[in-house]
Amino acid sequence: MDLSSINPILLLASLMVAATPILLAAIGELVVERAGVLNLGVEGMMITGAVCGFVVAVATTSPWLGFLGAAVGGALLSLIFGFLTQFLLSNQVATGLALTLFGLGLSALMGQGYIGIKAPAFPDWHIPLLGDIPVIGPIVFQHDPMVYVGLAIVAGIWAFLKYSRAGLILRAVGENHEAAHALGYHVVRVRMLAIMFGGACAGLGGAYLSLVRVPQWTEGMTAGAGWIALAIVVFASWRPGRLLLGAYLFGGVTVLQLNLQAAGVAIGVEYLSMAPYLATIAVLVIMRAGRAPGSLGQSFHASR
Amino acid sequence: MLMLEKRPQPSRGWTFATPILAVVLTMLFGGLLFAALGQDPLVTIRTIFLDPLFSEFAWFYRPQLLIKGAPLVLIAIGLSFGFRAGIWNIGAEGQYIVGAICGAAVGLAFYPMESFIIFPLMILAGAFGGLLWAMIPGILRVRFGTNEILVSLMLVYVAEQLLASMALGALRNPDGMGFPGSRNLSQYESAANLEIIAGSGMHWGVVTAFIAVIVAYVALSRHIFGFNVRLSGQSPRAARFAGVNPSVLVLICMAISGALAGLAGLFEVAGPAGQISIDFNVGYGFTAIIVAFLGRLHPVGILLAGGLMALTYIGGEIAQSNLGLPIAAIQILQGMLLFFLLAVDVLTNYRITWTRQVA
Repeated sequence: MDLSSINPILLLASLMVAATPILLAAIGELVVERAGVLNLGVEGMMITGAVCGFVVAVATTSPWLGFLGAAVGGALLSLIFGFLTQFLLSNQVATGLALTLFGLGLSALMGQGYIGIKAPAFPDWHIPLLGDIPVIGPIVFQHDPMVYVGLAIVAGIWAFLKYSRAGLILRAVGENHEAAHALGYHVVRVRMLAIMFGGACAGLGGAYLSLVRVPQWTEGMTAGAGWIALAIVVFASWRPGRLLLGAYLFGGVTVLQLNLQAAGVAIGVEYLSMAPYLATIAVLVIMRAGRAPGSLGQSFHASR
Repeated sequence: MLMLEKRPQPSRGWTFATPILAVVLTMLFGGLLFAALGQDPLVTIRTIFLDPLFSEFAWFYRPQLLIKGAPLVLIAIGLSFGFRAGIWNIGAEGQYIVGAICGAAVGLAFYPMESFIIFPLMILAGAFGGLLWAMIPGILRVRFGTNEILVSLMLVYVAEQLLASMALGALRNPDGMGFPGSRNLSQYESAANLEIIAGSGMHWGVVTAFIAVIVAYVALSRHIFGFNVRLSGQSPRAARFAGVNPSVLVLICMAISGALAGLAGLFEVAGPAGQISIDFNVGYGFTAIIVAFLGRLHPVGILLAGGLMALTYIGGEIAQSNLGLPIAAIQILQGMLLFFLLAVDVLTNYRITWTRQVA
């Protein structure tokens, strides 16, 4: 074992990369849950996004178009969930599970001819001036653009929920859909938009795995990242700021265990690989979740 | 425009009709999917749904129906209690794995001794292993209020890593020339879950599944426990007034589902699978969720749904080898079935009416 082979700067830098897919998926789910909808299909949308992004990126050789395709793919898949839960009033827990099972199958089918192919390169940005700062530069300012896109989405959602009128409506729909309906807001329309945004974000997160982090397509490659994203939303008490903290915490655990594996620690590889999942459970236990949105998980039927 | 009008109580007719309607819709849209994949839809659907039962090789496939159906029914029966009470144990796959590991470990510990007591001990260990694994999310929910959906699901990934570690380490066959995987339990007479009637597919897991269906039916419809479970799902507040302790109910429901999933794992590892290996689990724990819903969380319904789902597994394998249909298409078909079931369920609880008035 050689712990000195672990470079703390590289560790922190890869932490940001490892956290990005979970962060993207989690911020989408946060918006969905703030609108009062519990979509347990994040894993399915993520893996569908991963395969859509990979297929488009390979076909067009443009990672950016790949990410666009992933967002569209995730959003399209989430429409199934939205239609079932919002218009046919199905149970959200069961429908979310169905979405995950369906997404896993769909992605395996779509990705059949793409196993073993390499994704087009997605170069890192070396941000001038900021990237040259010692220590902080390599950790924060020398990543691929999607890391910053993820951060921008989180900041944007924070501002949207806190300051914008539309954000207030979304929160009202999530807290009490009867009251929001009585005030004349279109509960189902708001929720459908939120669900699609959640799907698009989950798709981006999945594509980040297949285009940047791995960067290859393998079946079942999300390996529970979507579920961890769901856990982080609970951990964050449905607040974007804490979401960032949660995602980086999990990125940290993931990167650390990978580094320990590489350094040849005397703990079995399998036990180190359990770490992110066990950490998720530990955090769910230790951190008392804040108050969930009032109408979370309930179907809305305007009986007038 | 079309409007939904809530029924005063769920329609009995549609309760029975919706699963059938969902299956028909799945066949229709599945056919479209197969056509899109360049297959003849009619031939593919016949291969998946009919050939396992009626083709000239059906004698080979019919026993498979019991072998594949038993774990699905066992797990789904366990899950149905929790699902009725609003307790979402979706980590049955993990409990299935841990049950198999514990049961196999007990059997392997006795190797090569022969005794009639070994197999019963393994059954106990399997049930206990699954129960313990399910107790983790149960106790965490009761004690700390954590979400059992997320914890039980996380534990599936932990269990998969544990399985890999066992197949490569503690339980590896010492005479296996270093290959991963344990000794073959089905070739170790005292530990083998053999067919009770040769060639029928009827092993002890199948028997247990049938017993579970009967016990669950009696418990749900004739016993106060079943009443409490149903009451807690429909009205948690009323259940509390009636003296149901919600914490105890959570633990019992988790224990039942965990123990049955563990049993399913044990019967699989000692029989059809034979050994602990890295790819031992094939997703029965997740498919059982579909089975539970398709069977309307009713024991008899689950029995039928388990049979149907086993059919798609077997038919899928036939379609894969005969027609070259990718196995992922079957996974999509199963997901589709759950979607359609949830979608047409609206007919059970709502009446569709036509109104001229614009909303």
